[in-house]
Amino acid sequence: MNDHSSRVDLLLVADMIEKGARVLDVGCGDGSLLQILTDQRQVDGRGIELSQSGVNGCVAKGLSVIQGDADTDLIDYPDDAFDYVILSQTLQATRQPREVVKHLLRIGRRAIVSFPNFGHWRIRAQVAFLGRMPVTKNLSYAWYDTPNIHFCTIRDFISLCDELQADVEKAVALDRNGSAMRMNLPWAVWNMFGEQAVFMLKRHGIK
Amino acid sequence: MGVDATSGHKAQSDLSRHEADHPSSAVAHFAAHEPLMLDSGFALAPWQIAYQTYGTLNKDRSNAILICHALTGDQHVANVNPVTGKPGWWTSMVGPGKPFDTDRFFIICANVLGSCMGTSGPASLNAATQNPWAVDFPVVTIRDMVRAQARLLDRLGIESLFCVAGGSMGGMQVLQWASTFPDRVFSAIPLATGAKHSAQNIAFHEVGRQAVMADPDWHGGHYRLQGIRPEKGLAVARMAAHITYLSEGALHRKFGRRLQDRAAPTFSFDADFEIESYLRYQGRSFVERFDANSYLYLTRAMDYFDLADDAGGKLAAVFKGTKARFCVASFTSDWLFPTRDSRAIVHALNAAGASVSFVEIETDKGHDAFLLDEPVLFATTRGFIDAAARARHLPEASR
Repeated sequence: MNDHSSRVDLLLVADMIEKGARVLDVGCGDGSLLQILTDQRQVDGRGIELSQSGVNGCVAKGLSVIQGDADTDLIDYPDDAFDYVILSQTLQATRQPREVVKHLLRIGRRAIVSFPNFGHWRIRAQVAFLGRMPVTKNLSYAWYDTPNIHFCTIRDFISLCDELQADVEKAVALDRNGSAMRMNLPWAVWNMFGEQAVFMLKRHGIK
Repeated sequence: MGVDATSGHKAQSDLSRHEADHPSSAVAHFAAHEPLMLDSGFALAPWQIAYQTYGTLNKDRSNAILICHALTGDQHVANVNPVTGKPGWWTSMVGPGKPFDTDRFFIICANVLGSCMGTSGPASLNAATQNPWAVDFPVVTIRDMVRAQARLLDRLGIESLFCVAGGSMGGMQVLQWASTFPDRVFSAIPLATGAKHSAQNIAFHEVGRQAVMADPDWHGGHYRLQGIRPEKGLAVARMAAHITYLSEGALHRKFGRRLQDRAAPTFSFDADFEIESYLRYQGRSFVERFDANSYLYLTRAMDYFDLADDAGGKLAAVFKGTKARFCVASFTSDWLFPTRDSRAIVHALNAAGASVSFVEIETDKGHDAFLLDEPVLFATTRGFIDAAARARHLPEASR
């Protein structure tokens, strides 16, 4: 993943989180986001990470991270255990994205999900004109070795939110340079030009 | 075996017998009016607990770490063992600049209740009869061990532990500490352990106990009065147990089917294979330092351990409201306490909203890996301890 844009993505997520909140980062990788949240937002942060090397690195940094799988282990968390549950750049690698998002909404008062937008025009163009599975700077895997098995577009994600009766509290799309796109643009524009999206969701009806 | 080896063997077993009542470490004595109340209902008095300390207790008494030893371990974590003459059992983890840094922390390790290195157990003298307790000693539990340690800490004037750490049976004590004395534990490191002993583990222990008790030299437990010990039975128990501490991969890597000092099989029941010779050595050296009755008592204590029993079968309820931070670690090739046992602990801690880290460490060294040179374990422990020390406002490491 592109370093520059991933950093922006992390800072954007960090900006959405209140100081001192209880946070669970699902798929926390090497713990960069948790470290930022701990240092800048003084959160009570926890993480789950699939890869052993990622977990070991996090724990060695002093972060509270456990080895686990978003697809199977979220069920163990009680309802409303956290103020925020974050799924950063991991949705597309889960086996059951719908179930995972359901759990995020159940465990956290707010769920923050960021993902690469498969509706971006470059991706559409690769499929349409080259007839090949897309490989871009941000999505650099070939089709046969990608861990990303469930891509979606911004529009797809919005319809999933509707299906799960989740309210979109905030949404940001990042363009190719990693800058946030203007809020008042229609979804269709975001879906075409946003390379990444960050959504903050909550269960319908809760405060 | 030569004459020297035999007399060395005798000298070491005499030493170990002496240690049971007069340990070459510090001892806290509790008099007849200071009984230790046990889960069995027995009031043990007088009793004593032998312990070692390393490093210096700070002014706030906030930097104490309790290390809990495993089944056949002892309080000699980081000094030369007075019986075997070998280095302490956890010198890789405990010492200056090590993860449990003796330059920063006050490290305590006590011999567990029921053991034979100076804390009251079946090998100790029963004040009432002036004979060894032997099988008249009350059956003890992991919780009894922890209660005894808490009494020691009261003596030392330590109200709250910065950390409790240990592997295997030591890990059981760590979990019991967090459950019985939640306000006295700031952080906890249970390694290669489980919240209960599995049927398979109880089965292995039963084989070991039966081996001891089937030895005619056991004399119904009162072998000391006969001036003899059930060496063969205890050695067999150790050999069987030792296999469970390793892994098939490690056995294959270390021994394979190699023959011991010979070119061809001897067509006898001699130790033809290296692995046989190795196990016989393990059995032999164990009986020189360990009391057979203690082995019965401590394996029993592990069998009885089921932490969730304390809370009506719900493990998460045991940890409800805990403020301690936990670091759980398992090893991929450990089949005595497999990773799923650690995961059960982690899931319960998560459900209780506790702060928990968990790593599964890739190794072929089996259950014993927690005692061995495992860089990932060192890095994990160091990172966890450093973060916990910051949270407790202890000074940073000087190096």
